Amino acid sequence: MNLSTMNLLGLVLFLPLAGFLIALAIPRSASPNGSRLWALISSLGTFVASLGLLAWFDRGTGGEQFAIDVPWMSTPNIHFAISVNGVSLWLILLSTLLTPLCVLISWNYIKDRTKEFYAFLMLLEFGLVGVFLAQDLFLFYVFWEVCLVPMYFLIGIWGHDRRIYAAVKFFLYTMAGSVLMLGAIIYIYNKTQTFNYPAILEMLSSGRLSFPPGEQMVLFLAFFLAFAIKVPLFPLHTWLPDAHVEAPSAGSIMLASVMLKMGTYGILHFCLPMFPSAARACAPWISVLAIIGIIYGALVAMVQPNMKKLVAYSSVSHLGFVILGIFSFTQAGLDGAVYQMLNHGISTGALFLLVGLLYERRHSLEIADYGGVATVAPWLSIAFLITTLASIGLPMLNNFVGEFLVLQGAAIANFSWAVWASIGVILSACYMLWMYQRVFYGEVGAGVRSHIPDLCAREWAAILPLIAMMVWMGIYSQSFLPPVSQNTARILRQTNVNVSYRVQLNPQPEGKVQTTEVAHAR
Amino acid sequence: MPVSPVFNPQDALRFLPEIILTVMGTLMMVLDPVIHKRSSHAFGHISIFALLAALGGSVYAYSIAGPAFGGMLMVDGFATFFRVLVIVVGILTVLPSYSFLARQEAETSEYHALLLFSIAGQCLMAASNDLIMVFLGLEISSIASYVLAGYLRDDKRSNESALKYFLLGSFATGFFLYGVALIYGATGSVNLSVVRAAILHQAADPTFVGVAAALIFVGLAFKVSAAPFQIWAPDVYQGAPTPVSAFLSAGPKAAAFAIFLRIFMTAFEPIGNKWQPLMWTVALASMCVGNFAALLQTNIKRMLAYSSIAHAGYVLVALTAQSETGIAAAMFYLAGYAFMNVGAFAAVSVLTGKGERYQSIDDFKGLGRKQPLAAALFTIFLLSLIGIPLTGGFFGKFYVFKAALDSHLVWLSVLGLLNSAVAAYYYLRILVVMYMYEPGEAVDAAEPLSPSLGIALIVPALGTLVLGIFPNWVLEFATKSAAIMK
Repeated sequence: MNLSTMNLLGLVLFLPLAGFLIALAIPRSASPNGSRLWALISSLGTFVASLGLLAWFDRGTGGEQFAIDVPWMSTPNIHFAISVNGVSLWLILLSTLLTPLCVLISWNYIKDRTKEFYAFLMLLEFGLVGVFLAQDLFLFYVFWEVCLVPMYFLIGIWGHDRRIYAAVKFFLYTMAGSVLMLGAIIYIYNKTQTFNYPAILEMLSSGRLSFPPGEQMVLFLAFFLAFAIKVPLFPLHTWLPDAHVEAPSAGSIMLASVMLKMGTYGILHFCLPMFPSAARACAPWISVLAIIGIIYGALVAMVQPNMKKLVAYSSVSHLGFVILGIFSFTQAGLDGAVYQMLNHGISTGALFLLVGLLYERRHSLEIADYGGVATVAPWLSIAFLITTLASIGLPMLNNFVGEFLVLQGAAIANFSWAVWASIGVILSACYMLWMYQRVFYGEVGAGVRSHIPDLCAREWAAILPLIAMMVWMGIYSQSFLPPVSQNTARILRQTNVNVSYRVQLNPQPEGKVQTTEVAHAR
Repeated sequence: MPVSPVFNPQDALRFLPEIILTVMGTLMMVLDPVIHKRSSHAFGHISIFALLAALGGSVYAYSIAGPAFGGMLMVDGFATFFRVLVIVVGILTVLPSYSFLARQEAETSEYHALLLFSIAGQCLMAASNDLIMVFLGLEISSIASYVLAGYLRDDKRSNESALKYFLLGSFATGFFLYGVALIYGATGSVNLSVVRAAILHQAADPTFVGVAAALIFVGLAFKVSAAPFQIWAPDVYQGAPTPVSAFLSAGPKAAAFAIFLRIFMTAFEPIGNKWQPLMWTVALASMCVGNFAALLQTNIKRMLAYSSIAHAGYVLVALTAQSETGIAAAMFYLAGYAFMNVGAFAAVSVLTGKGERYQSIDDFKGLGRKQPLAAALFTIFLLSLIGIPLTGGFFGKFYVFKAALDSHLVWLSVLGLLNSAVAAYYYLRILVVMYMYEPGEAVDAAEPLSPSLGIALIVPALGTLVLGIFPNWVLEFATKSAAIMK
């Protein structure tokens, strides 16, 4: 790894921070236009830099790449250690892609305190990218909490009517979960004298470090609770509908598309390799909760009169698939889970974006206030239709691939789980299409006719990249999956290796054989 | 260790900060009639000068570190850390006092002189290695603080504050002194090193020592406002002039913790297993009482008072750990706490107005719109009080709980961490009113930020961030001084 590629990762991480600091320095007189333009320039710059990561990412070797490791503090030995792997690469690209789109759709919508709005958006991007890059547990926690602050303000200042309640609830839920994770991180440090995550994994696999069963379970739960709240896993999801509904569009998009992935990424990246026995022991319970989440989320989404709330509950349902895939402990399941994380980021992001566009026009989120939008705004309707179809998992579009892999993995682990989970797929078609029908077809109301113009160029620029991604990810998943599989295979291997040192696990020869078969087959 | 009768000139140099502060304080009162006619800001300038000189004096004293006055004082890294800390708190108190006193039309020399005396007492506490010296320092600091709390003598609440502080403070001092007397009776000495040796070699009656330790514990718990001895704090902080509340919540508290650490980590360290459960309980009670009572407050100064009780609880968690890491964690925490809490009170003084009319949390409505800088800096202090990373408050908390987990205090750590999540709620309320409401009457009436008040906010904000992002230097110093303290 030469110097220039190493610096590239630093660039991707620190450009948003620089963007944030400069955005704060923009004088108030130049604020509305200056802030918007600056936010667009700096977020596009970050996106371009992150494309560089993609270009130079070595698909042959896999593993952690572009590593930067600078000592930060010596007495608790904390390093500024970041690197990219096949999973976090895509999540970073997702964050850097969505940020400029969020700037675009907020262009006219945010009129009040524009300077602060875009500054917080940049800070949020900094935190999110940092979470996916951190290879030092302390650093990870720092970024994890840093994300909380800008999102709190985005919801609380620019949100809808019940924004304050939603913002505080969001903050407290996340905070309550993460303090226990902090305790667990400190505990691990006291045991290992390092925060360096690869070093901890190395100790585990070489047998120099082991967590006895009881201890491992407690640590696993401390981490898992923090992540599960963020995901959110049923029954910890109650903050999510509030936060999503009350947030401004840009906030909803970042929250749904990227912030929820912090939880699933955390489970995949930290919980599984570090606490494999505990994770396997809990897998049946967690999978059941995930399935309940899938079905419950879908059923509740069906009866929502509010579009944003509907999409929010559909997120609960979709994220259930991700958890189910992860806890199937199969190659297909893990790949599907990661793919589903990205899919959900793209398609739910697009849904929130389009709902935001409707709100900007009609100033209502109630489905009942719409009807016949397709007649007055055909292009908007087509964009919405493609997104809807992607979200319900139509073949050739992105979600299908992810859901298929997850169900495949779940079927290997326990066939009945797959059956139950597939009910969620059917239900998702019901609630999404029903909403589409009520909003876009039928009688054209007076409010709709006079208030809903079609997409303008700026809005096209925001939605087209997402639609293109839906199609690309649906048709040619080979562009995306190999680095993911490489990394998930490594995680799977770690869960097996680390387990074998601590064993006490009922051997499941059948499952293992099938796992390798699947890996070869694809 | 017998007290040496020979006066050593180096003793005086090790005692330099206290000398500077006392001389300057006295001088200010003497020169009052001359200066007062020219400029009312002059007292503030003199105070700042005196404090900076004392700061230099403490650093110099550290370069010739060692015992002074026959072992009654011990100038070591630990003492220097706390001397510097209380002097910095003093500077951070004088800065917002300029505009505060001007607004109340109450600029006098006494205010600044008393402040300097109080800080002199705290420096003495930090450096003392002898229970009588501790007592002297405690009294010098406390008596000046009682008067400061009642400084606005036309204000009923300020009077109430001073009286409560005086009565309960003297009561606590009584406990402390009784404990000292018992120690003297049991061990025949008040020197901490001698007391330690006596306890270690079991030359002292364990019952007497135990009772004495408990009495001293109660006295100090009063001073650091730990539950269940916290009753005075909310009333005193609410009624005292806001910069004085800032001072009381940081300076005397830090100094009291310094002697807490010094006494319990040196003299009473051999009977650690006896007082650890007590400390455990008091730490947990302080966190819970502070945080849960703060949830219910509508007055911002009262809320910060309860929050400071909770923060005392976090420091006590570090003390419960009974380790060098614990001492270092407590020291670091107090440094971070001093910056963020003094800063928060300074931010409150932006708005309180003449006669301290506006003290309700709702009065902060819309501050973010009218005074973005003040609100942004207040936000930094609040985030640090919550314990969000990249602030001194977070790192302090991290280090405290690291020390606790190191000593296998798992339950205390878990309960403490959950407490800090509860605490987020009431700090967030201030953020909510500052940023998510339209400006109200109080914000409209507030004067624009004066330069001195601006500095009074920016300096602690920088301190908070530096401690959060580059804590190494302070942490290493704290660790080093903790190691040699024993």
